[in-house]
Amino acid sequence: MPEEEFEPIIVGLLCHWCTYTAADLAGTTRMQYPPNIRPIRTMCSGSVDPVYVLRALLSGADGVLVGGCHPGDCHYVSGNFKARRRMTALKSILNTLGLEDDRVWLRWISAAEGKKFADTVTEFTQKLKKQGPNPIKKYWSI
Amino acid sequence: MNRIGVFVCHCGLNIAGSVDVERVVEAIKDYPGVAHAENYIYMCSDPGQDLVKEAIREKGLDGIVMANCSPMMHERTFRNVAASEGLNPYFCEVANIRELCSWPHEHEKEIATKKAVALIKATIEKLRRNMALTPMVVPLTKRALVVGGGIAGLQAALDIAHGGYEVVLVERYPSLGGHATQLSGTFPTLDRPPCLIAPTMAEVLSHPNIKLYTYAEVEEISGYVGNFTVKIKQKPSYIDDEKCDNCGLCLEKCPAICPAEYDRGLSQRKAVYISPQAVPQKLVIDPVSCLHFNGDECRACEEVCPTRAIDFLQEEAFVEEEVGAIIVATGYDLYGKENAPEYAADPDVIDGLQFERLLSPSGPTRGEVRRPSDGGVPQEVVFIQCVGSRDQEHGVPYCSRVCCMYTAKQAVLYKRAVPQGQAYIFYIDIRSDAKGCEEFVQRAAEEDGVLYLRGKVSKVFREGEKIKVWGVDTLTGKSLEISADLVVLATAMVPSQGAKETARKLNITSDQYGFLTEAHPKLRPVETLTAGIYIAGTAQWPRDLPDTISSASGSASKVLSLFSRKELLHEPTIAWVDEEVCSGCGYCVPICAYKAIEIDPRRRVAKVNEAVCEGCGACAATCPSGAMQHKNFTAMQFFEMIDVATGAYV
Repeated sequence: MPEEEFEPIIVGLLCHWCTYTAADLAGTTRMQYPPNIRPIRTMCSGSVDPVYVLRALLSGADGVLVGGCHPGDCHYVSGNFKARRRMTALKSILNTLGLEDDRVWLRWISAAEGKKFADTVTEFTQKLKKQGPNPIKKYWSI
Repeated sequence: MNRIGVFVCHCGLNIAGSVDVERVVEAIKDYPGVAHAENYIYMCSDPGQDLVKEAIREKGLDGIVMANCSPMMHERTFRNVAASEGLNPYFCEVANIRELCSWPHEHEKEIATKKAVALIKATIEKLRRNMALTPMVVPLTKRALVVGGGIAGLQAALDIAHGGYEVVLVERYPSLGGHATQLSGTFPTLDRPPCLIAPTMAEVLSHPNIKLYTYAEVEEISGYVGNFTVKIKQKPSYIDDEKCDNCGLCLEKCPAICPAEYDRGLSQRKAVYISPQAVPQKLVIDPVSCLHFNGDECRACEEVCPTRAIDFLQEEAFVEEEVGAIIVATGYDLYGKENAPEYAADPDVIDGLQFERLLSPSGPTRGEVRRPSDGGVPQEVVFIQCVGSRDQEHGVPYCSRVCCMYTAKQAVLYKRAVPQGQAYIFYIDIRSDAKGCEEFVQRAAEEDGVLYLRGKVSKVFREGEKIKVWGVDTLTGKSLEISADLVVLATAMVPSQGAKETARKLNITSDQYGFLTEAHPKLRPVETLTAGIYIAGTAQWPRDLPDTISSASGSASKVLSLFSRKELLHEPTIAWVDEEVCSGCGYCVPICAYKAIEIDPRRRVAKVNEAVCEGCGACAATCPSGAMQHKNFTAMQFFEMIDVATGAYV
């Protein structure tokens, strides 16, 4: 009997001005992408505390997508640079914690890039399907 | 909050087509804290809003979740609905189940339904931790900045000035008018634009409410709606305007010569110059072509100037202006014909604006149509449309919208100037949707004898005196070879040089081509996502004169409506310090891009300047103790939303 296909869960922390608006645009133009992403709106990628990403991974998300404006285009001047530094720092410790750092994606998707949003979600979903579930889930039964 | 109402909109079939709204209501009605859940075909309609109001009243709801379209669409609508029933407007949250769920998952009803439920649950978790907030009142400077002195900027500035408010107009070239002053005539009315635009320029120049900065650029902008500070760079003209009386002796004596940009290189100008019909009438010295600035001893202009107005030591000057709203009208450029190598690099292969100059009475040939190479009157002129536009491979994929019509106009004006000449137009298809335009094209073909050939041109090359044009007529299926004297390329409209840079300084977005992005493509076409900044004209998208002027008047009316308010409200979802927890470490101080945080020296805790805080939340993400919080976007709210989101529902 074929096993049911693994459906990853992606938490999207999307900046209001760019990536969230891009997601809106993808919807408005009826681009189809996998429903595996659960979008959450943040005002800025620079307001994403690395702890949110950890929380998502620890509560069983298979991937986390942090979306912001392109470097230099931040609505709040420099929030995306803050996000970039924080995510780099976070990734450097994730493996040590037994979490896989490639389950966290930081992507710059502008308000005009609906297609890029849809493509990113599609690509991330496919990648996670290959990679399999977040290993942290194994420890839940303890 | 334990009496939450959830309202699920069908949006006709937009949501109900791929989300089972009945099941959503069923799944949500027993969720903790939910006291009421229902669905309705159009929540944003009057009966829909009444239904929400009635439920708030009858069921005593203390918060509402609207499950419908994006918050960008109707968040404000439903916050007003909540407020009208005495609820704090921030006790209304929107779950975006249309753009983020029903539309991108049109064919997966089962999954889309479950996802909608999860999105609503996450929104409930956020809502129940929201604070009641009241917008803050901030001052409003009733003065506008218009960036760009082309026809769009001029119209916008005049509209605002007529409304009784001051306008600061910044134009980067020495003269106002932009590309409109280069045109030879308009379609479909064949007005002569110098007559069309000259009165507008003169009125702007003399209007008491308009402060003009020509040959200037916006250097830096800070602040927010109602309270922008603009730093303007005044470029040095090397001529003292106070002393110069425009006698023109310097123009005669200047030995340096370069191609004139106002004639798109079809004529020459001196290093000291003024464009024809310049407004204001001010001479400038262009340091790029001036010999003095290029290592030469030349001081010819200075020696001859009777009023001693030449000042080679003049420097850039910076001025600061306070404004409350900004209109960006930075205009367009043409796609460079050098990017289309299949159309030979030949002096007799010119672009549309160059041909406008040849047709214009103020142009290099005083309106006589002459070939640039030898000054002969061209007997056969080939116009090629969609050069660079509608070209996925090499150019830009979009349609430039005005080329079909200006090419028809140019062919007609050419035929009137050279009645025995022949005009050919190669086209893909004719787009003549504006008022009176289809009739104009018909007349061009039938009465003026312009020959329309449907097909593309494969190659253009010089052969002796003539330029050979190889093409195909796809209506007859025949290949064609035309020996032309002049070839005119209708090159694509692209955003003006530096538009991207201006957008960056203003913190507004532009699309992949560099055109400025509107807040909503249908509902908010002249606003940007940044409050207080509006867009006008071809900086946004290719358009003709009437459309440009409509959009300029549209953005001006937005500014006037902003200025007619007594005061301005500032979004209250800003940073807040829990002083009991704050240790005064000061990490948040340098992280704030707006310098809105300082450490209170006496109490050793962080203090937020509420009028300056923009509510980005960077400080809250930095705070090591959790003392700094982003109102209604707190860590606890994110944790709860994330926990709901990660609950398996696919």
